[in-house]
Order: sequence, then C-alpha cells, then structure tokens
Amino acid sequence: MANQAPAIELKGISKAFGPVQANKDISIRVMPGTIHGIIGENGAGKSTLMSILYGFYKADAGEIFIGGKKANITDSQAAIASGIGMVFQHFKLVENFTVLENIILGAEDGGLLKPSLAKARRTLIELANDYGLNVEPDALVQDIGVGMQQRVEILKALYRQADILILDEPTGVLTPAEADQLFRILGRLRSEGKTIILITHKLREIMETTDTVSVMRRGEMTATVKTSETSPAELAELMVGRKVLLRVDKKPATPGDVVLDVKNLKVKDEKGVERLRGIDLRVRAGEIVGIAGVAGNGQSELLEVLGGYQDGTGELLLNGQPLDLSGRHSDGQSRRARGVAHVPEDRQREGLIMNFHAWENTAFGYHHDASYQKNAMLMDNAAIKADTAEKMERFDVRPPDPNLAAKNFSGGNQQKIVLAREIERNPDLLLIGQPTRGVDIGAIEFIHQQIVALRDQGKAILLVSVELEEILALSDRIAVMFDGQVMGERMPDQTDEKELGLLMAGITDTANAHSVDEIEENLAHAGGDAGKEV
Amino acid sequence: MDVMPKWAEVILVPFISLLLAAFISGLVVFAIADVPDTAITMMDRIGARLDFVWGAAKLMVNGALGSTYGWGYTLYYATNFMFTGLAVAIAFHARLFNIGGEGQAMLGGLGVAIACLYIPWPHWSVALIGAAAMAGLFGAVWAAIPAWLQVKRGSHIVITTIMFNFIAASLLNYLLVNLMRPKGSMDPATAHFREATNLPTLHDLLAPFGIAFSKSAPANVSLLVAIAACFALWLLIWRTRLGFEIRSYGESESGAKYAGISPFKITMIAMIISGALAGMMAINNVMGEAERLVLNATEGAGFIGIAVALMGRSHPLGVFIAAILFGFLYQGGAELALWTSIPRELIVVIQALVILFTGALDNMVRMPLERMFLALRRNKAAGAN
Amino acid sequence: MDYMTLIQLLDSSVRLATPLLLACLAGLFSERAGIFDIGLEGKMLAAAFFSAALASVTGSVWLGLLAGIGASLMLSALHGVASITFRGNQLISGVAINFLAAGMTVLIAQDWFKQGGRTPSLTGDARFEGITLPGADAMANVPIIGPLYSELISGHSILVYMALAAVPLTWWLLYRTRFGLRLRAVGENPAAVDTAGVSVIGLRYAAVAICGILCGIAGAYLSTALQAGFVKDMSAGRGFIALAALIFAKWRPWYALWATLLFGLFGALETRPDVIESVIGMKVQGQLLGALPYLMTVIILAGFVGKAIPPRAGGEPYVKER
Repeated sequence: MANQAPAIELKGISKAFGPVQANKDISIRVMPGTIHGIIGENGAGKSTLMSILYGFYKADAGEIFIGGKKANITDSQAAIASGIGMVFQHFKLVENFTVLENIILGAEDGGLLKPSLAKARRTLIELANDYGLNVEPDALVQDIGVGMQQRVEILKALYRQADILILDEPTGVLTPAEADQLFRILGRLRSEGKTIILITHKLREIMETTDTVSVMRRGEMTATVKTSETSPAELAELMVGRKVLLRVDKKPATPGDVVLDVKNLKVKDEKGVERLRGIDLRVRAGEIVGIAGVAGNGQSELLEVLGGYQDGTGELLLNGQPLDLSGRHSDGQSRRARGVAHVPEDRQREGLIMNFHAWENTAFGYHHDASYQKNAMLMDNAAIKADTAEKMERFDVRPPDPNLAAKNFSGGNQQKIVLAREIERNPDLLLIGQPTRGVDIGAIEFIHQQIVALRDQGKAILLVSVELEEILALSDRIAVMFDGQVMGERMPDQTDEKELGLLMAGITDTANAHSVDEIEENLAHAGGDAGKEV
Repeated sequence: MDVMPKWAEVILVPFISLLLAAFISGLVVFAIADVPDTAITMMDRIGARLDFVWGAAKLMVNGALGSTYGWGYTLYYATNFMFTGLAVAIAFHARLFNIGGEGQAMLGGLGVAIACLYIPWPHWSVALIGAAAMAGLFGAVWAAIPAWLQVKRGSHIVITTIMFNFIAASLLNYLLVNLMRPKGSMDPATAHFREATNLPTLHDLLAPFGIAFSKSAPANVSLLVAIAACFALWLLIWRTRLGFEIRSYGESESGAKYAGISPFKITMIAMIISGALAGMMAINNVMGEAERLVLNATEGAGFIGIAVALMGRSHPLGVFIAAILFGFLYQGGAELALWTSIPRELIVVIQALVILFTGALDNMVRMPLERMFLALRRNKAAGAN
Repeated sequence: MDYMTLIQLLDSSVRLATPLLLACLAGLFSERAGIFDIGLEGKMLAAAFFSAALASVTGSVWLGLLAGIGASLMLSALHGVASITFRGNQLISGVAINFLAAGMTVLIAQDWFKQGGRTPSLTGDARFEGITLPGADAMANVPIIGPLYSELISGHSILVYMALAAVPLTWWLLYRTRFGLRLRAVGENPAAVDTAGVSVIGLRYAAVAICGILCGIAGAYLSTALQAGFVKDMSAGRGFIALAALIFAKWRPWYALWATLLFGLFGALETRPDVIESVIGMKVQGQLLGALPYLMTVIILAGFVGKAIPPRAGGEPYVKER
C-alpha cells in the first residue's frame, strides 16, 4: 500500500515561546496502523510538537494533514473531531470525579448527565472487551493507581473515537511490568488499525515497540528512520549530536564505617496513611547506595525525613549519633549543620527559588553560614556573590553570572548550582534525588562524575532515581523500594533490570517467573496511593 | 531571559498603571461635574465639564501642595500610609495578604491611648517610644491571632483579617462608649492626652532651622519615625537573614521547607511585624494629631495601605513614594470636598482604581509592554546579524 | 422565650439570611469554577444602590432589580477580565471591586439625588412587599401551625422565595447537568477541561456571570425589600459573611442554606438583646452582639469546619503548561 495517504503529516511546523524556539521547521509523516516513536532529550521540543498536533498550542507556521486532508487544528476540540487523542505525561483527570465522569467530560451527549453516563457505561464495557482495558467505572480517580489512571486516559481518547493516539512519556510512572502491559495494549490497538505516536526519551522502548522513529534535537527533527534499520547507539548519537558514553567510569568502591544508619523508619502523611512502613538501611563512607523504585513508593518521603523536613518514627543515626525525627528539633538547617547535604528531587519546587538570583540560591539553606555574614545583624551579600562566582566557575555553570535569576538557567545549569551549593560544603552524607531529571546529556556526564568523585573522597551517598539505568550505572549497592518498604538489596553486578523490575513491583520471590496479572494484583493490593505521581 | 529590562519593570509598569487610574478618575469627575445652567449646547456642556475637571485638578494640587499648610496635611496623611503600606508590603513578601491593617491600626490607637493616658511620661520623646511600643504591641497581637489561626487551624487569613477589622471596630466602639469616655462627655472619645505627650509638629521641628512651616498642619515628628521605618524595613527585607527567609517563604513554601525555614515561624513573624507597623500608625493620627482616641480614628488608612503597597511594588522606597502620592490625593480630595459638590468618596474610587490597575490588571499593562520589548530585542538581534 | 417570640426570631432570621444565601450561592458558582471572589460585598452594594436608584426614579421595583443585576454584572465582568483574561490576583481584584463600589455608589448617589449619598425612601411599587401565601390569614389562628405558616413561612417578599428556590436549583444544575459537571471540573482541574476540548475561559466567565446575577438580586433585596432605600455602605460586611458561610458550607448548596440561616439567626439575635437576656440570664452589650456574626465566623473557620477542601484550582489563573 505504497500510495496510501499518511495518517498524519506535519509540514514545516515552527513554534516559539517568547525568545525560545521550541520547534523549528518540523516535518513528519506517519502511516496508518503503525507505532511511530519520537525520541529526544528533555527540552528537545517533542511535547510541544505533539501539543500543537493536539491543538493545545497554535503553531507559528506550518501545516497539518490528517488522512491526507489539510486540517485546521485550532483547539483541542478540532483535534478530537479529527480523530486525535492524547495521553499527556501529567494526566488531565479530575481527581475527585469518578472514572465515568472523567470519560464523558467534554463528550457528553446532552444537557443532562444521566443518559450520557448510561451510554458511557455501555461503551466502556465494549471497549474493555475489545482492547483488554478494564477499569472500575464508579471508582474515584484519586483512589485508583497510576496504571489505572493511564487506562482512563486511553479510554477517554477511544471514547471520543480517536484513530490517532499520542502518548507522551507514558512509562515514567509505571513499573517495567506495567509498561510491558501498556505496550501490549498499544500493539492491540495497532492491529485494530489505530495509529500511535509514542514520545519517549528511553531508547529501549523505541527499539522494542515502534515501527518507525523520528529523532528531535533542540527543536529540530534530525532524522526519521525505520526502527528495524537503526540501533540504540545510532539513535543516541542523533539525539545528542555526538557519541555518548552510556556507562559511568568508576573504580570499585571501598566502603568504610557506617555513616547513615536507618532503623525501622516510619512516616505517615497528613491523611494518616503510612508512606514509609519500617525502613532499615545503611550507607557507608565511600559508597553510593541507590534507591530504585517507581515514583511514589516512599522515596520522596525517605529523602524528606532524612533531610529534616518530614516527621517520622524509628531511629536515625549519623556517624553513630542520633538525628532527631520528631520535627521539633529537626529542620533542614540543623541537618546541614550535622553534615547532611541534600540535592532534592525537584529543583524547581525545592532546591531553588526560581525568582532568586543565582547568588541568593547559593546561600539558600546556608544563609546562617558564618562566612556569609557581615556582622551580627546583616548578611554579607558581596561575600556570597564572590563565593557564587567561584562555585559557578568550578562547576562550569553557564552563563557564570551570579546576578541572573535561577529561572533563566537551563535545567542542567540549575542542577549544577544546587549541586555546587550542596557538595562544596564537604558533607559527610549527600542525599541526592533524581540528579539528572530534565538535564541534557552533557551535564548528566558531568553530574555523574561529580557524584563518583565525592564517593571517592570517602563520603556516603544516598541516591534516589526512577531511572533504572542511572541506578545501575552509579550505585555500589542497590535497595529497591515498593509501597514504603525496602523489598531487597542487590549488588549492581549481580542483578539485572528484570529482577529489579520485579522487586519494584513488590515481588521478592524473583527466582520464579511471574505473570503480569500477579504483578497487577500485587500493585492493586498495595493501595491506590502507591505508585502515584508525586 | 527576563523579557523586560529592570527599569521598565520597576518604573514604567507602575507609571502606566497610574496614568490609567488617573485617566479614569478624571472621567469620573468629568461625569459628576457641576455644570452651570448657562451651558446649553452640547459643546458648552462638554467644555464646562472639562473646565471643571481641570479646576478640580488645580484645586487638588493647590490644596495639597500649594502651601506649607497643604504640605503639612499631605505629609500627615502620607505618614499614616507609610505605616500601613509597609505593613501590607512585608506581609506580601511572605505571600500573605493582610487586609486587617485597618483593625490593627485601630488597636494600635488603643495602645497609644492607654500609654498616654495612664503612664506619667516626663517628656514627649520617651512618651513617643513608649506609645510606639504599645501601639506596635497591640497591632501585632491583632495580626498574630489571624496568623496563628491560618497556620494552626487552616482559617484563611484574608477572611479572618477582614473579620478582625469588624471586631476591632465593635471593640473600640464598646471601649470608647462604655469605659474610656470621660464622665459627663457625650463624645465617644477618650480624654485629651496630657501636654507632656504631645508630639512636636513640623512647625516646631523646622523653626530652629529658620524654616517657616504652617502651625496648624498636623504633620509631626512621626513622619521621621515612618521614614526610619521604611529604611529599617528595607534593611530587614534585603539585608538580613530573617528577610531572606521571609522572601524565600513567600516565593516558594516547598522550597522554604526544604531549606529548613519554618512556615509557622515566618507566617507569625511576618504578620507580627505587619501588625506592629499598622498599629504604629497610631502615633501619628492618635498621638500626633487628635491627641486623644476618637471613634473611627483610622479613617480607612489601613485599606489605603493595600493600594500603597501594590503601587510601591512592596518595596519600601516604592511605598514611601506611593504614600506621599496618596497623601496628596487624600488632602487634595478633602479640599475638593470642601469647595465643590464632590464627596470625599472620590478618594476611595481612586484608591480602587490604583489597586485595580497596579494589582489585579497588572498583566493588562505588562503583556503589551513585554511584547513590545520582545519585538525590540528581535529587531536588534536581526540588525546585528 | 415564648413560641411567638421564637417565630418572630426565626422570621427575621430568614429575612436576614436571604441576602447572605444569595451571595453565598453566588460565591459558590464562582469558586466552584476556580475563581475566588471577595468582591461579593462590592457587587451587592452596587446592586443595592442601582436597584434603589432605578426603583426610586421609575417607581418600578422590577426595573430596579434589573438595574441592580446589571450593575453587579458589570463588576463581575471586571473581575472576569482581571482574573480570567489577564490572570491577575483574584483577591486583589476583589478588594478593588469592593472599594470601587463603596466609592462610586456614594459619588453617583450624591450626583443624582443630592441627599448625602443616599437614595430617597422607597414606597409602594418601588419596593418589594411581602406576599401573603394562600390561606395564611385563614390559618393564623390555628395553634402552633398557624403562626408558623402565617408568620414564618408566609409574608416574605418574592425575592426570599426566589433565594430559597435557588438552593435546589443550584444543586440540580451542579450535579445533574452537563454544565454543572464542566463547572465543577474547571474548578478542580482546568487542564482536564481544556484538553477535553471545552473552553476554560468560557466556563469561568459563565460562572462569574451567574455570580453577578445572584449578587445583583442579593443587593436589590437589601435596598428594596429588607430596607426602603439605599444608604452608604449598607452591605455592611454581608459579602464577607456570605464568604465565610460558603467555607462553612464546604462549597455545597444545601449546606449553604443551613450556614446562612445560622448567620441570619445571629443577625436576628443582634436586634433582640431582650431574647438573649431572657435565655442566658444576663445582659449582653450591644457592641458584642454587633460583633457576633464576625466572631462566630472566626470561630467557625477556626474550629468546626474540619478539613474543608476548597476547589483545587481555586484562586489560580489557568495557564497552559509547557
């Protein structure tokens, strides 16, 4: 069928956000009944391009053809009418609505809800039978897990009779097993003739599931190839523009004394739900302990309680001396005074004040430091600026301007500002969460080197990351968290992604093979909050 | 990159907002102008109305700035607004909206009255310190309760501070009518304060330097205290650790928690400072001017603080300038009410328009400007290539 | 306290609760759609003036009501432009609207009527009079039920019955119709509404407009039914009390009715210190009674609301995320 019209064709799409050119003259063709991957680094412009296709943004220039016909997609409504459905990275669901209400929202059949709901309920049963997309129609979205929420998003699109389905980074919050199941559903949709566009930054997903793949870099489309005719190395090079080192160079660890000793640590959230259910963990001097797990299984709470801004019960020892857990005598500042540095998971919400200058951010959390004071009353802003300039130099922050606001730096440079602030204090223990999230590959290499160098100086490092590759590459020891517990510890050279994936789904008996259903059941059992995006 | 240069952000945006507010205020005066019966044709009527607007503007400028008497009133009002403006501004820095300045200033008046009535001060200077401390304390307590309720009980501080304004009014009404009113007086007010607590006016202060200043204008030494407060608050916000923490908390609560900055502590401290500043207004209006506590002594100055803080972009220097501007408007408005049929409520309208344009409609002014600067920069970049 | 006193007290509670209820439902529509509105007070005040002014000039209270709704809608539009179109701070916009109304009503009243910022007193058709429900007079002498029907239930102005009818209507609209589903969704997660192809801006303007209409009726009630004419600042903080009632009611229509009736009762007690004295056995200062609704608001907000979860997107202007 060589002369068949492409399901989607984009011609010369450009889009700028203020001074930032997010998409530059992008053209792409996707044939019906195929899965097309779009791969690129964070900030390469993938999501922007798809949001244009979905009518969420208006392109500055370019044309869109659907099924060979020119489409004027001015808003999401027009996109839906053209048969396009989109599953966003951050789900667009109303949390305190039921699944059914979420599905009919915007696609109601009339002014009154009752008939719409009844019709949706019938359609839902059909869709569940056709594609294996089972959901509980009357459950509140806030009570179901992320995997289920994603199904609701897919069902929303199918309910609107979408022939083209766009998925933006769909596996970020899923366990490997859940991801596999998602890809099976996508395969089934393809065999029914649906066209699927999969946006991801994970090479493995592209290689395993797509028919064709386009690579984006800095707002431009650098190549479109058949997946069967390319390799991960080639794609990586196309993404970055140069050859990349996928491995981190490091010597074997020489662990020393126990620096951090966590005993039976428990944390409850505001609703009284236990988010940490008895964690036991040790980190020694000169080793990197990696915490693997799907986002939302208690890793954030672990970092928060260690960082001093979340209450808990149990026992924490730093170099044999107790750390306060009650929240009364603990806070970020007393932790820092004890030699605990913390690079938080979310630099934009926690690690930095986006409207503050780089120099203010360098003092952030260390603003009581004696070297930053002019006298008993006033801070020494000049000294802070000088110190910031030095740090920026050493960490190659660009541009090296202490007077620039944090929001004006790229993700990688923002992360370097946080890292410089935390590492340069010579801490005994470094807590570091998602060190390379939203960071370009060049900066990733630099950040990884810094972490390893700190380990080699004999510091204890606790690393939390949802990127399994990163955990495997950096850690000297791996602990897997699931539903607020450590499911097991493994040495990186004695395990693989499959075994870790099972542990991440809460299955400790990793020697025996497991069906997806079993994993599903286990995840459902863990309660709605486990695995939820934080 | 920031789209706009700093000077545009700090000066151009507020200036344009102000022009818009002034223009619409002009329209309002135009609409309610007195038209003489002699104006019959359409053109005559429009001409007469324009004349009236022009005359009103002149009257305001002359009345407020044309004499040391006018200046004395302008600066007197400005002193009030500096205190209340700073009060709103410091709360804004912690991302708290303190609408309770009015009630806090009323309580401050109570503090001043108690200090001046019941303590035998030897000299006005010590009395000023003592009264200011009492005023600050009373205002701070009145702000601390809503702050505490917000952090510990989750009550919205905006609603609670509004309620506290009404409660303060009832409380003062009760105290003045039932307890503090001198025997035999029909006036719901305290007795006059003793001579030793009376503050020197600008006339007294400037006379030694050979500068003649109106004797009857109420501007007094409190003005200097207000200016000092502006400077002190500037130091506090931009140069101290506490200020750093307040600003951090205001920018990002999650960030502040990470950095070990206690939301409870910052909310309490910011509101206590805010309430104390609003309360200290009383050294000007109660101690400096009325020399006794009367009913409704604050005359809405607490609310004008909102407009002043918004216009001054929550910066102490901006608050200083905006306070003087509102002092001018207030005195000018009073003159207008005296000599024309336009009620004093005109100032409330102007205040509303300033809040509207510098606060709520900020983006309306900002967005076209940002687009303009972006285009300018693109052109420049294109020219350079 | 005898039965008749109780009936009278409840009767005046209903009268005083009516403007609160209308304003509370107004706020409910706005806040359920994610737009905070502390400008209820100003809208009521503006509506009170224009209703009284038009009613006084034309002699028709219905034209007055329309004028009041119109004035309130104008201010709603301003709030919409500031907080929806230009994504301004909704609290600050509300404050500005309150002052604008407080100032403009007096300026215009002075310009039009020259009576020191008030309208002439309204009489006859320029006022909403009480309606005697069928059989009220006949039943008046039946024990217990008679006074209940003829004094408490019958005899209110049409606006009171409209306000009461607005409660089930609001509930039905919110929970049983497409519009209600979308309205609630836009206050919880506007991105969900936007990606579903429904206009966030359109929905929010609609909500703000409904808010304006209800505030308009509330204001008209103040000056043409509860009292006979406009006086300066006659809304007297009712907009804020309605807001407190809304939080107390957890943004739900039926709870709003009970909350505003409770606040209405506080207001009624203020005018009957003798009742309080006879019930609790001591004299209470008038100023304390005057402050009672405000004090109760603070206490209720601090203590009894529990975890009232406001609409999640409330107060936040909607910006499409990158």
